[in-house]
Amino acid sequence: MSIKLENVNYIYEDGTINRFRALKDINLEVNDGEFVGLIGHTGSGKSTLIQHFNGLVKPTEGVVSYNGEDIFGEKYNRKNLRLEVGLVFQYPEHQLFEAEVLQDVAFGPRNQGLSEKEALIKAKEALALVGIGENYYNKSPFELSGGEKRKVAIAGILAMEPKILILDEPTAGLDPKGRDNILELLKRIHGERKITVILVSHSMEDIAKYVDRMIVMNKGSIMYDDSPKKIFRYHKELEEIGLAAPQITYLMQRLKESGYDVDENATTIEEALKGLNINA
Amino acid sequence: MMSNIIRTKNLIHDYPKCDEDGNVIGSYRALDDVNIEIEQGSFVAVLGHNGSGKSTFAKHLNAILYPTEGCVWVNGYDTSAEEDVWNVRQSAGMVFQNPDNQIIGTVVEEDVAFGPENMGVKTKEIWDRVNYALNAVRMNAYREHSPNKLSGGQKQRVAIAGVVAMRPKCIILDEPTAMLDPVGRKEVISTIKHLNKTEGITVILITHYMDEVIDADRVYVMNNAKVEMQGTPREIFSNVEKLKEIGLDVPQVTELAYELRKRGISMRDGILTIDEFVEEYGRLVK
Repeated sequence: MSIKLENVNYIYEDGTINRFRALKDINLEVNDGEFVGLIGHTGSGKSTLIQHFNGLVKPTEGVVSYNGEDIFGEKYNRKNLRLEVGLVFQYPEHQLFEAEVLQDVAFGPRNQGLSEKEALIKAKEALALVGIGENYYNKSPFELSGGEKRKVAIAGILAMEPKILILDEPTAGLDPKGRDNILELLKRIHGERKITVILVSHSMEDIAKYVDRMIVMNKGSIMYDDSPKKIFRYHKELEEIGLAAPQITYLMQRLKESGYDVDENATTIEEALKGLNINA
Repeated sequence: MMSNIIRTKNLIHDYPKCDEDGNVIGSYRALDDVNIEIEQGSFVAVLGHNGSGKSTFAKHLNAILYPTEGCVWVNGYDTSAEEDVWNVRQSAGMVFQNPDNQIIGTVVEEDVAFGPENMGVKTKEIWDRVNYALNAVRMNAYREHSPNKLSGGQKQRVAIAGVVAMRPKCIILDEPTAMLDPVGRKEVISTIKHLNKTEGITVILITHYMDEVIDADRVYVMNNAKVEMQGTPREIFSNVEKLKEIGLDVPQVTELAYELRKRGISMRDGILTIDEFVEEYGRLVK
């Protein structure tokens, strides 16, 4: 079970003066159960890439396949694909539209053709999963805090029980507590529901802490595809494309350069505590 | 003696709570007895989680909101005096989170000219001010561009230029980098620091990002509608436990030093930078 992109190119406004090649020869496979971080500065092609994963955009060249089938094949059911590959856009709370929280979350499953009763069961399960309690069911989404709204929006996708969950900067604009809440939530869903999570983020600290595999995009191409730990060794190259490693990486490398016996590959606080080789 | 550009005395703000039909059924206290004095020319940061009262506080400095009780003075003007409202707003300009909501012109220079034009500034002086403001945010090269095609960081700098063109003594920025990528964040923060250092404009930066705060002259931490902590960045970040309790972050090196201290290693308090950590580490392993 996987999403696979082969030699994918995507060109915006082809044939006009504004022609822009947003994706260049992308080859990529995301397998079941992975927790992937996707990083790159604004305009690097991240958002265009994730829109290929559920067939929202069609590659100008190349093939996108899901479980071995070309998603733009003649008889392929893309509606089904979109139920299995859930996409949470940036600021998803702007897409809440129902008068009450529970109804908003039930919209997706209802649209899937489930009965009213089943749709409400799915909605309640999804809300429980994101930690939104019964006392919120009949509230207006406008009464909620920013972090709560975002959880409700994510629940709206989870209620459709996707096998793959893609989130475009799900923590943007949240405060530290709200951010940690969302990331811990994703980690838990990934563990409990065994779904694949693809997380677009600007925060290297978060990526270092949560994901197993990190993909770095630059100018429409994949620059690195490896574990965060290995990629952060190229912090100079990352800086050249407007990114950076976590502060811990810089600290450990500075200590190493100053001649101290430390693990210069530590990328998180926990790893640094071990890697500093210092005892009370 | 340095004068205070901003002073609040026992500032209280209550928002009305309404039922479904719009009838007022009570109130919610968003600011509770806030006393703050900000020196002309300083760089002040305000931290706090969502709902702590930061943005409500910011809106008082620009006379968007008026005190329920207590007083706010901006550049000597009482913000609740109706006749001074324009003086208040010319003294203290606001920049908001979303750059797309703040740009109205179809060309960068027109957008920046909007403020002074609205103030009734003479045409020649408007252009002087636009030049000055675009130079101050280093966006002169884009003056004839359409704002639509700019990056988030560039748009936010144009929004700042729009405020600078009104020649305020003070700029209040309410999470100006929350929607930007790392490059955009750096651009905006360096612009803000430049305005403070070389143009002498008082800066009040409301943010969630702790790394933006370490160069501030003074930091205020808001929690539950009150000023819970205040001091220099070093004083504030010496209290990692309390910051965490409030739901805030500290820079990674500060947190690492704190974790080491918890394990009985005698790292000193308030380490803010990599340099300081390296120095302290050297002292310990010697």
